[in-house]
Amino acid sequence: MDLFLSQVFSGIATGAVYGCVGLAMVMIYTSTERINFAQGEMATFSTYVAWTLMAFGLPYWAAFAATVALSFLGGVLVQRVLLSPLRGAPEISQVIVFFGLFLIFNALSGAIWGYLPFDFPSPVKALSTGTHLISAHQLFIIIVAVMMLIALFLFFRYTSLGLCMRAAAQNPASARLMGIRVGWMLALGWGLSAAVGAIAGIMVAPVVFLEPHMMVGVLLYAFAAALIGGIDSPPGAFIGGIVVGVLENLVGTYVVGTDLKMTVALVLIIAILIFKPTGLFGSRRVARA
Amino acid sequence: MQPILELKKVDAWYGGTQALFGVDCSIVAGGVTTLLGANGAGKTSTLRAICGMLRRSGEIWFDGQRIDGQRTEDIVRLGIAHVPEGRGTFTHLSVQENLALACHSRRNKAQVAHDIERVFSYFPRLKERLRQQAGTLSGGEQQMLAIARGLMLKPRLMLLDEPSFGLAPLVVQEIFHIMRRINNEEGVSIFLIEQNAALALDLADEAYLLETGHVVISGPASRVRDDEAVRRTYLGY
Repeated sequence: MDLFLSQVFSGIATGAVYGCVGLAMVMIYTSTERINFAQGEMATFSTYVAWTLMAFGLPYWAAFAATVALSFLGGVLVQRVLLSPLRGAPEISQVIVFFGLFLIFNALSGAIWGYLPFDFPSPVKALSTGTHLISAHQLFIIIVAVMMLIALFLFFRYTSLGLCMRAAAQNPASARLMGIRVGWMLALGWGLSAAVGAIAGIMVAPVVFLEPHMMVGVLLYAFAAALIGGIDSPPGAFIGGIVVGVLENLVGTYVVGTDLKMTVALVLIIAILIFKPTGLFGSRRVARA
Repeated sequence: MQPILELKKVDAWYGGTQALFGVDCSIVAGGVTTLLGANGAGKTSTLRAICGMLRRSGEIWFDGQRIDGQRTEDIVRLGIAHVPEGRGTFTHLSVQENLALACHSRRNKAQVAHDIERVFSYFPRLKERLRQQAGTLSGGEQQMLAIARGLMLKPRLMLLDEPSFGLAPLVVQEIFHIMRRINNEEGVSIFLIEQNAALALDLADEAYLLETGHVVISGPASRVRDDEAVRRTYLGY
């Protein structure tokens, strides 16, 4: 029973990370209908930035805040400089740019920091080891992720800027007619999703060690999470993340063993796309021919 | 009368297809001007050209300022409210949020609240549906919401793209009655596009007729109504 519970709890913790990355993907998807394949690599790069800031002696939370802010700016910059000129370009061009971004960020991380895994600190590891069911860092991940989720919810639900971003994503033409600067709203969306990715990276790095490919696997799970949530539902992506995290652990422990864990995500992706493309919370798109 | 909006030799294109050919048009300040024409004549394109939603050339002047080089968002901010074809409803947002969008950059909350109350005096039904998701409103209510959103921008000119589209005759009457009131009580100039020529000519002071992207007739609404060709083709008697 203890094994089962601890697997569930650690599944929830890693699932929260998948959920965060999935959420970041969904935020971009809802406004552009594209999946940003570089989401994970951007997050890895952000995590390296945090690591570097700490190596320069910044305390954990200062480095955390600075990294989130820098990632936000980086996300805005990527959208303004690389993607904004591609507005109206064919889908395939945009997808190629996403892959390009994936390779660029991956290679940059390797070129700057090398390919050896780094230890990444956790602010709670030193304080306690938690209980035998859940480690202190796992609890920390869950708390941070939930707080971030609440903050995002409040922002989108109750602020004027959040409302404008939702409107711009939903109906850009009509949003322009309300005087909303849609281009900037998209850029802010990129900034936010890069910031969310950075938090996910910082959360997961102490578990998996920091190296340039840290997020490749996470991205796959995150994609499965976003699909379970229905690809256009932000809370759905987060819940999907938890589902994937727990499922991955249980199936890994009791059924297929750790070597085949990654397959779970792939099977999930294919199964959802075939049997329930709208996921749990997605909206169905109906178009008249 | 002083025009609030003037189009001089405006051409417009959808990609490579030209939709407007040298359109000259002026909208009187404080009045109602209507643009008539059949499907595909270029009525919607004219409104889109004004708001910078199409590639266009020629000159467009709003209130002494040239706007044909500006972007949609900036043109709207000058005081032009475009109530678009298909109503432009933000279907996933509530009625209240739809209205709030129009005043996203305004800081004076008391003034905004006052303006919303004024808009509700024209559209009391929206007030009852404040928390309802806008996509679940009826067609007539969505049209009212679209006009209300436009009004919340505090415009000096409203561009209305077929407000009667797909609505029951009684609802159309109600909406046209409200537009008359808005024109009188708010002093907002109106540029109205309609397929229902009889209805539009009743409301309008001035009228233009478009055929395949060219202005073919223009003048006071009463005179356009009496035009033999207009009567036969667009009024049907």
